[in-house]
Amino acid sequence: MHRSLLSAITLILVSYGISLPVAAESLEKRVMQVAEELRCLVCQNQTIADSQADLAIDLKNQVREKLAQGMTEKEVISFMVQRYGDFVLYRPPVKSTTWVLWFGPFFLLLSGFIFLFIKLRQRQSSIEILSAAEIARAAELLAEKSSLKEFQ
Amino acid sequence: MKRFLLPLGIFLIVLFFLGAGLRLNPREIPSPFIGKAAPPFTLTQLEEAKNNFSPQDMHGKVWLLNVWASWCAACREEHPVLLDFAKRGAVPIVGLDYKDERQSGNKWLAQFGNPYQLSVFDSDGRVGIDYGVYGVPETFVIDKQGVIRMKHVGPVTPAVIKEKLLPLIEELNRA
Repeated sequence: MHRSLLSAITLILVSYGISLPVAAESLEKRVMQVAEELRCLVCQNQTIADSQADLAIDLKNQVREKLAQGMTEKEVISFMVQRYGDFVLYRPPVKSTTWVLWFGPFFLLLSGFIFLFIKLRQRQSSIEILSAAEIARAAELLAEKSSLKEFQ
Repeated sequence: MKRFLLPLGIFLIVLFFLGAGLRLNPREIPSPFIGKAAPPFTLTQLEEAKNNFSPQDMHGKVWLLNVWASWCAACREEHPVLLDFAKRGAVPIVGLDYKDERQSGNKWLAQFGNPYQLSVFDSDGRVGIDYGVYGVPETFVIDKQGVIRMKHVGPVTPAVIKEKLLPLIEELNRA
């Protein structure tokens, strides 16, 4: 009985001791996860996770604070979108204004294939098959040429 | 001849898009605040730390919120233009001293002149984030109802004042 109580207490103490850094670590992980989704507005080709710009650091702090307050990742991201617009999203959302961006390349690829297909079909049909008489004439000409060669 | 038309056409289209791309300014990000209420805040004034200011105080007036800082080089460039504009008295300008030291901010105003009706002091840049500020200087036009009507990123130039700010301010004042 004593023993189990003691071990329970140790367990509680140990779990407290360990759980604090673990919580901090998992919070940091979540901060980085959100930070990878957000574009740095100063150095626009970086996420705020990658950037060391002042604003990126401020925004990371803001993300950390909001997550610690119990906001979900989604809520933090929409908090940023409210302030900085869709531009802050490193992965642009699919909506009517970004259709060209998302589907344009596939459209170009598809039209390239269609163009290629049509061209190849045209080329194939333009190859004329020789008639028997023409083949005979061709053979005759070739034979003439090779016999000429013998004289040289 | 005809076989060159298609590549030429494609070339011209690409040329058009590249040309248009060159003219775009990637630093100008459309603000999601246009047409929305200016985010509320209460900050101390730069000159008098005892006094507070909040956008509510400007209710019923068309005003400008100009984000600046003593460390910001482009603000120096913009400053004489703002001073000149303030002299004309077309619109009250409130400054937001962004991520600055109180002392350096005040020194800067004493040295270069003060175009602001008052400045508020945002030492940790939190209000800046609430307004989506990403590059100082930035200027917001806020109407009588406290709705943000325009945002200009970068230094305000005489051309910006004449072509964008003044017409909008006149229109908002009439409303």
